[in-house]
Amino acid sequence: MFRAALIACFTLVAGGALAADIAPPKLGRPATPDEIAKADISIPPDGKGLPAGSGSVAQGAQVFAAKCSVCHGANAEGTPNGDRLVGGMGTLASANPVKTVSSYWPYATTLFDYIRRAMPLTNPQSLQNDEAYAVVAYILSIDNIVPKDAVLDAQSLPKVQMPNRNGFINWEPRLIKP
Amino acid sequence: MGKKQDLTELFGEPVAGNGLLHRRFFLQSSAALAGAAAAATPALAESIGSGSPPTMLKPGAQFNAYGMPSHWRENIKRILATNVPPAREVTGSIRTPLQYLEGTITPAGLHYVRNHNGTPDIDPSKHELLIHGMVRQPSIFTVDALMRYPMRTEIHFMECAGNSGGIAGAATPQQQTAGDLHGLLSCSEWTGVKLSTLLDEAGVDPRATWMLAEGADAAGMSRSVPVWKAMDDAMIALYQNGEPIRPEQGFPMRLLLPGFEGNTNVKWLRRLKLLDSPMYTKDETSRYTELLPDGKAREFMLQMEPKSVILKPSFSVDMQGPGYYEISGVAWSGLGRVRKVDISADGGKTWAEAALTNPVLPKALTRFRLPWMWNGGPAVLMSRTTDEKGRVQPTHSEWLAQYAPRQNFHFNAIQSWAIGANGKVSNVYV
Repeated sequence: MFRAALIACFTLVAGGALAADIAPPKLGRPATPDEIAKADISIPPDGKGLPAGSGSVAQGAQVFAAKCSVCHGANAEGTPNGDRLVGGMGTLASANPVKTVSSYWPYATTLFDYIRRAMPLTNPQSLQNDEAYAVVAYILSIDNIVPKDAVLDAQSLPKVQMPNRNGFINWEPRLIKP
Repeated sequence: MGKKQDLTELFGEPVAGNGLLHRRFFLQSSAALAGAAAAATPALAESIGSGSPPTMLKPGAQFNAYGMPSHWRENIKRILATNVPPAREVTGSIRTPLQYLEGTITPAGLHYVRNHNGTPDIDPSKHELLIHGMVRQPSIFTVDALMRYPMRTEIHFMECAGNSGGIAGAATPQQQTAGDLHGLLSCSEWTGVKLSTLLDEAGVDPRATWMLAEGADAAGMSRSVPVWKAMDDAMIALYQNGEPIRPEQGFPMRLLLPGFEGNTNVKWLRRLKLLDSPMYTKDETSRYTELLPDGKAREFMLQMEPKSVILKPSFSVDMQGPGYYEISGVAWSGLGRVRKVDISADGGKTWAEAALTNPVLPKALTRFRLPWMWNGGPAVLMSRTTDEKGRVQPTHSEWLAQYAPRQNFHFNAIQSWAIGANGKVSNVYV
């Protein structure tokens, strides 16, 4: 009985060691630069990967009226179908904080990234790059984050200073690590 | 009076106010009560059928290719917010009816869904996972290839960072079921490939600290995740509760980050990019960040803190007259195992420790139970969990005090249910 248990125990240990020694398969195939370029649609705060093209506030107002206002309202003030995007400036520390693109978002690149990948809701990824730059310019112009005659492109967009740029505390260092 | 004394013999004296009994009285009570069931006398008749239920007198239904729950329980359905505007039907959520479920595993069809632009219909033969960025060899994995890797199976909860947010934002307690209030919470057995296996194959640059995960849905959902989490217990989940992961949960694959806020567990996963800083996507800046009273906001509060909720009784799960009840609910923590759950029946004045139903697994729902002799009078039930890291659920007011007004992410305060003398249960703030 004891001997049998001992053998069983030994077998288990040996089995465990064996499993650990076998390397997992390597079944990924190399990704080509073209495959990566097509898939890599994310835009970080430094603007790396921003496409060619540009858009003005005036152009953006037209695109917004045609493609965005149905959900976000004529003046980006929001409707039940779409978030309010503007206003609330200076309210974050008040008793009635209003979080909008203008008042809260730390990076303009985030707005470009999100509009280009996910908007309009019913037809995502349909905007031309010029249209995406223009809509960003228009939204940011409403609260004068960019001037009314602004033209945004790959160089100017990452330089836009969002009002709440320094409003965030990175909690990641406080997470419980393994 | 005599009856009360009999019950005290069965269940012992209460260990906390308002009739809470010691958790050890489960075993004794079930054995003792079994004796109370009277044996039925067989009916004497020409055929025995006259004494049998109708289901014993004719063949039952045929086999089903895919079984469904009993039609007698058709009310057990996910909870969709009513009167939603059209856009919110694809960008909103549908909740798990927690108050109708037992144990800890959520049936796949009742798992909550939080979508940002609908559920995509993805052909698995055309879907691939790209791993690139700060890696030695950018690589593409087909679904078939992933199926050939060593698999692991783990049970983990999933909770939306916005779960229970309605409570945080409501000045007066909303009279809604536990599922309405807390049902952006589910728990499944997940099977898939350990992400570190794939990252090792691609060869992660040691300077990479973050990883962008992106889904193939119409929202292009994308979130940044610390590399330490990706290398620790992250999984590419391919199966849920034994079957291929459901479309609403990411078919053919989702990123599973045990204990992290639901949104980071990117569904329909198509791309992982290794980075040396976060991408700062929309859902980690505009959403899922927590505004503090001074106007600053916490970003990357990724771990779900300990939390619990009593489900029996709870709103709409009312009392049926004075006597013996089992208080039951679920507790969980994104930091590890639930260490204990304390129950109060007197609004937090006194507490008794609940029994935890095995298995008690890390970052998984844990079922707790406690016997209760309800005397028919008003009571306020509360549950408060402590996890293995020693974190304790805050009270309602403690949670609110941490943040700016009307914040609604990462709400994990103690839930209180008031029992009226008529047995009706209501949601209250204590």
